[in-house]
Amino acid sequence: MSNPQQLRYSKEHEWLSALEDGVATVGITEFAANALGDVVYAQLPEVGDTVTAGETCGELESTKSVSDLYSPVTGEVTASNQDVVDDPSLVNSAPFEGGWLFKVRVAEEPKDLLSADEYTEFSGN
Amino acid sequence: MSNAPRLTALDALHRSLGATMTDFAGWDMPLRYASERDEHNAVRTKAGLFDLSHMGEITVTGPQAASFLNFALVGNIGTVAVGRARYTMICAEDGGILDDLIVYRLGETEYMVVANAGNAQIVLDVLTARVDGFDAEVRDDRDAYALLAVQGPESPAILASVTDADLDGLKYYAGLPGTVAGVPALIARTGYTGEDGFELFVAPEHAEQLWQALTAAGASRGLIPCGLSCRDTLRLEAGMPLYGHELTTELTPFDAGLGRVVKFEKEGDFVGRKALEAAAAHAETAPPRKLVGLIAEGRRVPRAGYPVVAEGQVIGEVTSGAPSPTLGKPIAIAYVDAAHAAPGTTGVGVDIRGSHEPYEVVALPFYKRQK
Repeated sequence: MSNPQQLRYSKEHEWLSALEDGVATVGITEFAANALGDVVYAQLPEVGDTVTAGETCGELESTKSVSDLYSPVTGEVTASNQDVVDDPSLVNSAPFEGGWLFKVRVAEEPKDLLSADEYTEFSGN
Repeated sequence: MSNAPRLTALDALHRSLGATMTDFAGWDMPLRYASERDEHNAVRTKAGLFDLSHMGEITVTGPQAASFLNFALVGNIGTVAVGRARYTMICAEDGGILDDLIVYRLGETEYMVVANAGNAQIVLDVLTARVDGFDAEVRDDRDAYALLAVQGPESPAILASVTDADLDGLKYYAGLPGTVAGVPALIARTGYTGEDGFELFVAPEHAEQLWQALTAAGASRGLIPCGLSCRDTLRLEAGMPLYGHELTTELTPFDAGLGRVVKFEKEGDFVGRKALEAAAAHAETAPPRKLVGLIAEGRRVPRAGYPVVAEGQVIGEVTSGAPSPTLGKPIAIAYVDAAHAAPGTTGVGVDIRGSHEPYEVVALPFYKRQK
């Protein structure tokens, strides 16, 4: 598996895209998706919610477990991915693309995020 | 006991297949190879291949093997014919369940007891203690066997292509010695998935040859390797109890709705008889909590230990829960107060991390195969 170079990564295994008009897209990494197994339910933050870097903002359920979803960045949610709510398996099949989770209007520049190479070393994948 | 996980004879093979491994009762076992949902569906519609070598085999031999097992276990083992198997339990003196077991009668004076991995040492110790005074011998054969299972509607055709054994004559809960893919095997028509299928006990050094032969024979029929994750959802849909969840030392077979495995009519005394007679009477007159099925109306998944609620009161506890691939909804097995246990009881929910989610009460199993 390879972690896209243009993304930044949290140690909670979320990814954050580059800003477009001040808005970044958030998802979980392929490593995290594989560790979870088949995702069957996604509770995502709603449009208008404020999310805070490092704090929980939703949950992902798989066959074996439920995991908190952490935001890698602080800001206001501008979109959540209804395709994933309707078909959570998108998180497994396309974690870096169609399986994105939500978009945030970034309020402050996130700290402590990893580059793709740093995350690959951190996660061992 | 060492902390290093035990490895099955197929460990390297699992890793070469890219399995996600998990610790299970001290064994490093395949949790899943790719998608556990695909593995589950393969067993329901085609076939799946499992490594179950963590299960604990204990051989009992001797002239009094049958009367010993009748004394040590709650079932009537004396009535099991050669070549047949029986689902049974071993209980403590107070009636608490120590483990659920399958006992295979291999010969006139030879039985194989198959215990859950997590209880195998306890069962071995208890049997060894209870054999005192009987002309019988209890032997630890955990290392003598690897166990592979082929489960699913295509499993008879797949197995038939690699053995000359009479599979048509092999009924559910029967077992016979034979040769599969060139290796000697005990072929048993048993399983833990709710599907037709076979369990193959072989020497560990033959496990890989057998696995490869079954994989090759099954490829065109949709057989895929399957891990313990889908085994759990398969047995959950089939309403089969799992020790440590639905069965514990705190419960008698009657508490678990499995009083039928206790055979009071058998000859002689058996361990737990007195306590179990009392438990049976209690279950008749003042039923304790009952084991029921729950089906979610929403999508959040109940997990073991979550409270079952009605009108704001806790009325039970989930023992197993998972998203059901076959039903397409979360399901659970739970112990609930008898007043709320009837199928169709309204107003029952599960407390999922603080939020009360509505659930439908149903009779078990959730899934029964068409025969």
